[in-house]
Amino acid sequence: MVVLRKMATALAAGLGVCVAAHAVGPKAEVIHWWTSGGESAAVKVFSDAYTTTGGVWVDTAVALGEQARSVAINRIVGGNPPTMAQFNTSKQFLDVVEQGMLNNVDEVAIRDGWDKFLPETVLNVVKVKGHYYAAPVNIHMPTWFWYSKAAFKKAGIAAEPKNMDELFAALDKLQAAGLIPLAHGGQPWQENTIFTAVLANVGGTELYLKVMRDRDAKAIQGEAFKNVLLTYKRLQSYVDKGSPGRNWNDATALLITGKAGVQIMGDWAKGEFTAARQVPGKDYGCIAGFGSKSPYIIQGDVFVFPKTTNPEQIKAQKVLAGLMLAPAVQVEFSNKKGSIPVRTDVDSSKMDICAQQGLAIMKDKSRQLGNGEIYLNPDQNGALADILTAYWNKSVPVEKVQKDIANALKN
Amino acid sequence: MKANPKQLLRSLVTWTALLPMVATVLVAYLGTVLWSLKVSMSNSRTFPSDEFVGLAQYERLFNNDRWLLSLENLALYGVLFIAACMLIGFLLAVFIDQEVMAEGALRTIFLYPYAMSFVATGLVWQWLLNPGNGIQQAVRQMGFEDFTFDWIIDQNKVMYTIVIASVWQASGLVMALLLAGLRGIDGEIWKAARIDGIPTWRVYVSIVLPMLGPSIATVFILLSTAVIKLFDAVVSMTQGGPGTASEVPAKFIMDHLFGRANIALASAGSIVLLLTVLALLAPLLYVRSRANAAGGDK
Repeated sequence: MVVLRKMATALAAGLGVCVAAHAVGPKAEVIHWWTSGGESAAVKVFSDAYTTTGGVWVDTAVALGEQARSVAINRIVGGNPPTMAQFNTSKQFLDVVEQGMLNNVDEVAIRDGWDKFLPETVLNVVKVKGHYYAAPVNIHMPTWFWYSKAAFKKAGIAAEPKNMDELFAALDKLQAAGLIPLAHGGQPWQENTIFTAVLANVGGTELYLKVMRDRDAKAIQGEAFKNVLLTYKRLQSYVDKGSPGRNWNDATALLITGKAGVQIMGDWAKGEFTAARQVPGKDYGCIAGFGSKSPYIIQGDVFVFPKTTNPEQIKAQKVLAGLMLAPAVQVEFSNKKGSIPVRTDVDSSKMDICAQQGLAIMKDKSRQLGNGEIYLNPDQNGALADILTAYWNKSVPVEKVQKDIANALKN
Repeated sequence: MKANPKQLLRSLVTWTALLPMVATVLVAYLGTVLWSLKVSMSNSRTFPSDEFVGLAQYERLFNNDRWLLSLENLALYGVLFIAACMLIGFLLAVFIDQEVMAEGALRTIFLYPYAMSFVATGLVWQWLLNPGNGIQQAVRQMGFEDFTFDWIIDQNKVMYTIVIASVWQASGLVMALLLAGLRGIDGEIWKAARIDGIPTWRVYVSIVLPMLGPSIATVFILLSTAVIKLFDAVVSMTQGGPGTASEVPAKFIMDHLFGRANIALASAGSIVLLLTVLALLAPLLYVRSRANAAGGDK
């Protein structure tokens, strides 16, 4: 008995953090996939905020979103759930909700008035049948047009392109100057990003919703959507030969070094520019979309709260859901992550000009749109990506692409 | 007939000892296969569901362009990969069997690629084959301005690059296995052939190769399973691209299992793969059973 107790004390000394934690406040184990430098710094904002409330943050970082999500789902199914797990602002966790495997955080959401400040698109994702099942933490806009000021200067482009025609004119000039006009990483998801940008900017809000949300076969087979697909394919002719298989950050590096002119990529690209000590507005430019009505595409991350009856865990879940949405935490987190806060009622003075631009656009509700993941389930979204990447890389008649998309989104 | 109690006890002990193994086979192998079969006939998404939908998932699978393309790719890859590995591996083994100098070092060099993870070496191959900074660029810098070697970004040729890289990895293993076989051949045969004045190549083709039969069969089975499992080479070299040009069934299954939350379709795919393996093995087992029947003990 004495020996056992001694051993326990030794163990406790060894695992000092854990044991001390237990004494102070509820322990919260969090599964997420934020492993890069900037991402780790961002997640630390949450863990620090939680620590100040007396809780203990246990970090379970799993590289790659897919892996992290399957770990979370396996643990939930296996009866050993984490306190909180990351998903995208999407239908990824809808099946989990429908199986009754998540706790709702209605109490916190109603207390803090989530309905009042969350964008409708995000609200529709976290609120399932009147209950709040996830805490959204950021908004990423995946379809920014980034451009290198050095490359634009070299190609003699005086002004930022203001519509699609001007963009094509700029791409032509860049090509004539011997630069790579469009820096692109040839991976299916990046092709999907370009498609989303074209659908939003050429097709417009109405067509976007008809295709992505309503899966309207008539609209998909129509002339307007055909034009979107042709514009998407036209962009492909401005890509260099080395693009297939390239990672997005290698494509951004082409802009940083002035070898390429434009990249269509999410706001996480800012992290690469910042790491190379480049300043937005001075070394590179960011265009959210063309025209004063261009949609602002919403993508982002949420945390869900797996079902548990342990009162300590439930308490931890409520504390976490509340603090992650606090205005100050939101701004600090987003600055490190390269995203914008999920609420527009924050002090934007500490944010960079691209994020400020984004936040200003977000105030106009009519410009908010979700990305494909918000409207389509993972399976439909994947099938769409397969068709788009095949079209980008092969010569397929556009009518066949329209038919394939209509079929893939039917069920 | 009355059973001897001692014998009965002995057989009881034997069966008890075998029980964990039997249970493992039933649960871990057969059980999971049956479970996959059941899931593949349901409409499961993220979680397994009990709703029976018959062969709908299989119908969907064979209406899917990406799946059909991945089967085509697998067939092309399988034929080329197995043929090239066998040929190169055999030639390497013959070469080393000539009592060359530093045999040990050479053997290690040839076998080395097999010891490395393809996830790491695949990236190196990706760099080598990338037209922007790999072999093409290097040769161009040597003065051959028009040299092109851009298969990895070519829809129609990308599968060949995966064949090249994986042949590089696996032919060392073929060499090691065949070399062991060659070393097992009686030296007297060589002496006899020399006395009769038979050319060396003829001895290899007409005498040695047939004697290597069992080794070659082993190599064939090993390579065939490698073909079906093909996944890491594709993921690390091309991620299935450009577009979907280098898709393979294992990657299709993994994508649908995790990324696309469609375990029913993924299970249907794995059942099809299992059937393919069985179809490959069946003729082999048949030949072997015929040989057993004819040759008695062998």
